[in-house]
Amino acid sequence: MIDVLYFAWVRERIGLPRERVATTAATVAGLVAELSAREDRYALAFSDLTALRVAVDQELTTFDAPLAGVREVAFFPPMTGG
Amino acid sequence: MLRVQPDPFDPGMEANAFAARAAGAGAIVTFTGIVRDTDARLAAMEIEHYPGMTERAIAAMMDQARSRWSLTDALVIHRHGRLAVGETIMMVATAAPHRAHAFAAAAFLMDYLKSRAPFWKKEMGVAGTSWVAAKDDDEDALKRW
Repeated sequence: MIDVLYFAWVRERIGLPRERVATTAATVAGLVAELSAREDRYALAFSDLTALRVAVDQELTTFDAPLAGVREVAFFPPMTGG
Repeated sequence: MLRVQPDPFDPGMEANAFAARAAGAGAIVTFTGIVRDTDARLAAMEIEHYPGMTERAIAAMMDQARSRWSLTDALVIHRHGRLAVGETIMMVATAAPHRAHAFAAAAFLMDYLKSRAPFWKKEMGVAGTSWVAAKDDDEDALKRW
């Protein structure tokens, strides 16, 4: 089981801030494919991966990152701090 | 020192306290970010963040700044939650023996906070709400470091 977190408009489109996900995906991209296949709201949120960023265990990474041993994956748009 | 908080803070008091701690530094640079309303459409700003990752990401930026420049101290305070126009969003302060290092480290921290700290701004306007889009300029700004 992995904790999957959503922030900003990704959270709004999917309609929840976090969930526990049972996955057999080997990579973040595989997890995205599994989630997108669930329902339209996921497919819509993940329709353009260039508009998204991903963090694995609270470190920014890329969609080809492996999921073995991972506890937490977060999806969000490019950050706008400062 | 690093603080991520919903509460308002007084940048002047923070700058004075930072200067008192940084006794011996020849140069202190401070930057303060404020909620602006360029064309009177904004009612408030809502800042979402990723608790845990926010602190980790900023601490890593501060470590990098300390390793690149000879800083005697550094401070980042960043707010989240709902902020009204004119309120202080965040501040950065750096202390160094000489000004070049203090300026460079402060600019570096600002550029990284913009694009690499997990905050997302939502504008609550008089005509509705919208997420602030990241700017290409802000991403490009990282290339100079």
